[in-house]
Amino acid sequence: MSDVTELGVAAIRDGVAKGEFTAVEVAQGFNANVAAAQIALNAFIVATPEAALGAAQKVDEARAAGQPLGKMAGVPIGMKDLFATKGVQTTAASHILEGFTPQYESSVSQKLWDAGAGMLGKLNLDQFAMGSSNETSYFGNVISPWKRKDGGNAAMAPGGSSGGSSAAVAARLCPAATGTDTGGSIRQPAAFTGISGIKPTYGRCSRWGIVAFASSLDQAGPMARDVRDCAIMLEVMSGFDPKDSTSLDLPVPAWEAALSGDMRGKKVGIPREYRVDGLDGDVAKSWDQGIAWLKDAGAEIVDISLPHTKYALPAYYIIAPAEASSNLARYDGVRYGLRDLPDGAGLQDMYAATRSAGFGAEVKRRILIGTYVLSAGYYDAYYTQAQKVRTLIARDFDEAFRLCDVILAPTTPTASFGLGEMVSDPLAMYLNDVFAVPASLAGLPAMSVPAGLNREGLPLGLQIIGKAFDEQGVLNAGLAIESRAGFTAKPERWW
Amino acid sequence: MSTYRIQGATGEWEVVIGLEVHAQITSNAKLFSGASTTFGAEPNSQVSLVDAAMPGMLPVLNGECIRQAVRTGLAIDASINKWSRFDRKNYFYADLPQGYQISQLYHPLVGEGHIDISLDDKNPEADVKRIGVERIHVEQDAGKLMHDQHPTMSYVDLNRSGVALMEIVSKPDMRSPAEAGAYVRKLRSILRYVGSCDGNMEEGSMRADVNVSVRKVGDELGTRTETKNVNSVRFVMATIEYEANRQVDVLESGGTIAQETRLFDPDTGTTRSMRSKEDAHDYRYFPDPDLLPLVLDDAFVEAARASLPELPDAKRHRYENALGLSPYAAGVLTAEVETARWFETLLTSTAKAAGKGESDVAKQASNWLISEFFGALNRVGKSLDNSPISADAAAELLALITDGTISGSIAKQVLEKMLETGDRAGTIVTREGLKQTSDTDAIDAVIAKILTDNADKVEQYKGGKEALFGFFVGQTMKAMQGKANPGVVNELLKKALG
Repeated sequence: MSDVTELGVAAIRDGVAKGEFTAVEVAQGFNANVAAAQIALNAFIVATPEAALGAAQKVDEARAAGQPLGKMAGVPIGMKDLFATKGVQTTAASHILEGFTPQYESSVSQKLWDAGAGMLGKLNLDQFAMGSSNETSYFGNVISPWKRKDGGNAAMAPGGSSGGSSAAVAARLCPAATGTDTGGSIRQPAAFTGISGIKPTYGRCSRWGIVAFASSLDQAGPMARDVRDCAIMLEVMSGFDPKDSTSLDLPVPAWEAALSGDMRGKKVGIPREYRVDGLDGDVAKSWDQGIAWLKDAGAEIVDISLPHTKYALPAYYIIAPAEASSNLARYDGVRYGLRDLPDGAGLQDMYAATRSAGFGAEVKRRILIGTYVLSAGYYDAYYTQAQKVRTLIARDFDEAFRLCDVILAPTTPTASFGLGEMVSDPLAMYLNDVFAVPASLAGLPAMSVPAGLNREGLPLGLQIIGKAFDEQGVLNAGLAIESRAGFTAKPERWW
Repeated sequence: MSTYRIQGATGEWEVVIGLEVHAQITSNAKLFSGASTTFGAEPNSQVSLVDAAMPGMLPVLNGECIRQAVRTGLAIDASINKWSRFDRKNYFYADLPQGYQISQLYHPLVGEGHIDISLDDKNPEADVKRIGVERIHVEQDAGKLMHDQHPTMSYVDLNRSGVALMEIVSKPDMRSPAEAGAYVRKLRSILRYVGSCDGNMEEGSMRADVNVSVRKVGDELGTRTETKNVNSVRFVMATIEYEANRQVDVLESGGTIAQETRLFDPDTGTTRSMRSKEDAHDYRYFPDPDLLPLVLDDAFVEAARASLPELPDAKRHRYENALGLSPYAAGVLTAEVETARWFETLLTSTAKAAGKGESDVAKQASNWLISEFFGALNRVGKSLDNSPISADAAAELLALITDGTISGSIAKQVLEKMLETGDRAGTIVTREGLKQTSDTDAIDAVIAKILTDNADKVEQYKGGKEALFGFFVGQTMKAMQGKANPGVVNELLKKALG
C-alpha cells in the first residue's frame, strides 16, 4: 500500500468504502505525521490521536457490519481551534481561553463527526482569528512547510488566520481541515501554501459554537488539497441551523456530484480595479495564466468594474473590529477562562488585569479600534459610513454579476512572506487581504485554488468569486483552473 | 387636571415627570435562549450556554416574547413597527455575561401610543388625562449580584440573565406624584389584563426609572434627573416628591441641576446621586450582527390583536352602560383583572341561580362584592386571589337573597359562617334554620303582640308620627329573629296599623 497520507478526502473515503485500507490505518498514518511535524511546524495546539482512532474504529466497525457510511467516513481532519469541541480544549489561540474545555460541540464540527470524519487535533491560528500570518497566536507561530528557493532557510508564513489548517494540509498532516474566513482567513493561507479553500456564501455554515470574531463576516469553510475535496467537505459542513439566526434556510446542493470544469457558456469577469499599482509581477502573470486557462475551458472573458474596491479594506477594518470589540467583551474573567485577580482588586481591576494578560497585542489593537469607531461622536463618521460602503460594495458585485457568472482575481497581492517581515507594520499586513475582503463584505462565496509557483518557488493562488448561493459556479471554475494548472508541487519535507 | 405645585421661595414650580417602566414579559423561556424564567429558583439553575455567554453561543429570538410585546402595544393603541431591529448596548458588569445587553435603541418594536389615567376614584370618567407613550422596546434583563454571601467576594446569579423585558417609555406628560402613581397603576392593570406581564413589583417583574425636572409654570423644560429601578407605586411617588423639592431647593439657592442618574433609598425616602453625566457610560450601541432585523407580517399583528381580551376602560364602560353600575363601582370592579374576572363569574352564576338576566342582578352583585365581601375578606386577612369562598359559592348566597329565602341581614350572618366553616350558603341556612318566613299567620301573631305591648306608640303613629313605622318593622323583625320576609312584614304592618 502506498502512503495513505498522500491521499485526499475523496480517495480516502472511497478507499475505506472499498476496503482498500482501513480507516484505522489512515488515522494511524496521519497521527504519525502530526506527531512528527509538531515541533517543527507547530500547526496543532492540541493533538487528539485517540479521537482520530476512535472515529476510525467506528467507521471500520460500521463497514464490517454492512452499515451505510457517512460522506466523510474514515477521513481524519484537523479542526481549527476556533470551533468549540466538547471535552477538548478550545482556545482561539488565546491565553484568555487557555484551558477552556467546552461542554458543547460546534454545529459544523458535529456535522463532520456525524459524517464519519475523525479529529486529529485542534489547529493553531491567529489569536481570535485576527491576523494574516499566524504570528498572533499565544501558542507560537505556525511555520509554513514551504521554503523559498533562495538558498536561505527563512521560516515562511503559512498565512492567517487559518495558518495551522493551511500548513497542516500542505504538509500532509491531514487531508483536509476546517477554516474560518472573516476577511480572507481561508483563502489567503490556502494561497500561501498551495492548497484549495472555499468560503461559502454567508450563512451556509452555522456559526453556532465557533468563537466569534466579527459576526456579520465570519464563515466556516473547508481547506483541502483539491476542489473535489473542498466540495465534499463543504457539503457536510453546510446546512440550516436553527441555533444560528443568520443561518441560510436552504437545502445543501450536491456540489460534488455536479462538479464540471466545462466553462462553455460561462462568462468570467476580470475586475479592473484589482490591477493595483505595484501588483507583484508573478501574481499578475499567474492571473493572466488563469484567464487563459478559463478561456481554454470555454469561458468568455469580460472586463468588469468594482468601483468601490479601494474602500473595502478601510470599511472592513472598521466593521470587523467594531463587532470584535463587542464579541470579545465576554472574556472578562468572571465565568470561565483566565482570571487575573490581583490582591485587593475590585471588579474593574480584575477586568483590566485579566484582559491585559489574556489578549495579545493584535487583539488589543482591534478592540481599541472597534471601541473607538463605536464611540459616541464617532459612530456616524466611522461605523455608519463603513456600513454604507459595505452596501456599495455589495451593489458593485450585483452590477458585475449582470455581466458575468464568476469573477477571477488573484487571492493575494504577493506570495507568502517570511515570518517577522511584516509584524512591525500592521497596515502592510492588512493589505495582504485587499483582494479577499470585498467578497467577505458582500457575503459572497469565494475560493482560492493553487495556480503555480512564483520565481521563489512559493505557491500562488487564484481567487474565484461567485454569486450568492452559487458555490457550484465557484467550484466548477476552480476545477477548470485546477485541471489545467496541474499543480503537483508540494513542500519538500525538511521537518 | 393636576395643579400640583411646589411652593418655593421664588414662587410656584411645576413638576415634569416621565417614566420608563421595565416590565418582565410573561413567557416560559428567555428572550434569546430556551432557559426557564421561573422566579425564585436556586441561583444559576436556569442558565443556558447562551445566558452564560459561553464562547460561540448565539441568540435566537423567542417569538412568544415578541407576540406579548405586540399585544401590549396594541392594548395602548400604539403603532406596531413591522420592521424593528436589535442593538447591542455595550458595558462591562459582572451581572452582564455578554458584556452587552441586547436591546432596541434605533428601531423599537412598538411606536407611539397612550394610556388614559384618572385621579378621581369616585368617578373615573371625570378628570381623565391622556399620557403619551413614546415607545416600547424589547430587551434582555441582566443577572443579579449577591454581596452578602462572602466577606470579600460578590456572587453572581444568572437566573435572570436574558429574561425578556419590555421597556415602556412614557412622554414627559405627568405633572404630579399622583398622576405618576395613577399611570403606573393603570399600566400595571393593562399589562395584567393583556397577560404580558404579571406586574409583580415585589418580585421585580415591574420597575420604573423616574425622570423628574422642575420649571416655573410656562418656562422651558428644566434639566432632568433619572432615578433608577424604583420598585413600587408608593416609591415612585415618594421619589418624585423628594426629587422635585430637592431640585427646587437647589435652583432657588442659585445652583443648577446636574443631569445625572440617582438612586432611591426606601428607608429614608430620599434619592442620592449614582453617577453624573460625565461618568455616564458610552454604550457604543450598534446593530446586533447575530440577529436579523425583525420583520412582522400583517397576519401576525392581526392575530395578536384578535387575542386581546376586553381591556379595563372598555370593560368599565360596559359595566356602566350595559349593567347600569355606577362609575365608581365599575371603576372598582375593573381596576384589577382578577376582580373583574371574579365579578363576572359571580354575575353569571347569580343570574343563573336566580333565573334572571345579568343586568337584573348586576347591581346587587356589585354592591354585595364591594360593600360586604371586600370587608369580610379584609377581616380574615384574605383577598380575592386567595378567597376561601369561590365566586360560584358566593352566587348561591346572593341567589338566596334574590329569591327571598333569606334577608340581607341574615345573609351577613351566613357569609360569616361560610368564611368560618367553608360550607355552602344553602347548607348553612338549612342547618341553622335561617330560612326567612313569609308565613302571614305567624307574622300577624307577632305584630298583634307588638301593637298591644306598644299601645302608646300606636297612638302617636295614628296621631301623625309616621316615622314610627320603622320602629314597628324593627320590633317585628327582631321578634322574628330576622327571618321574616321584610316585604311581607311591611305589608302586614300597614294593614294592622290601618
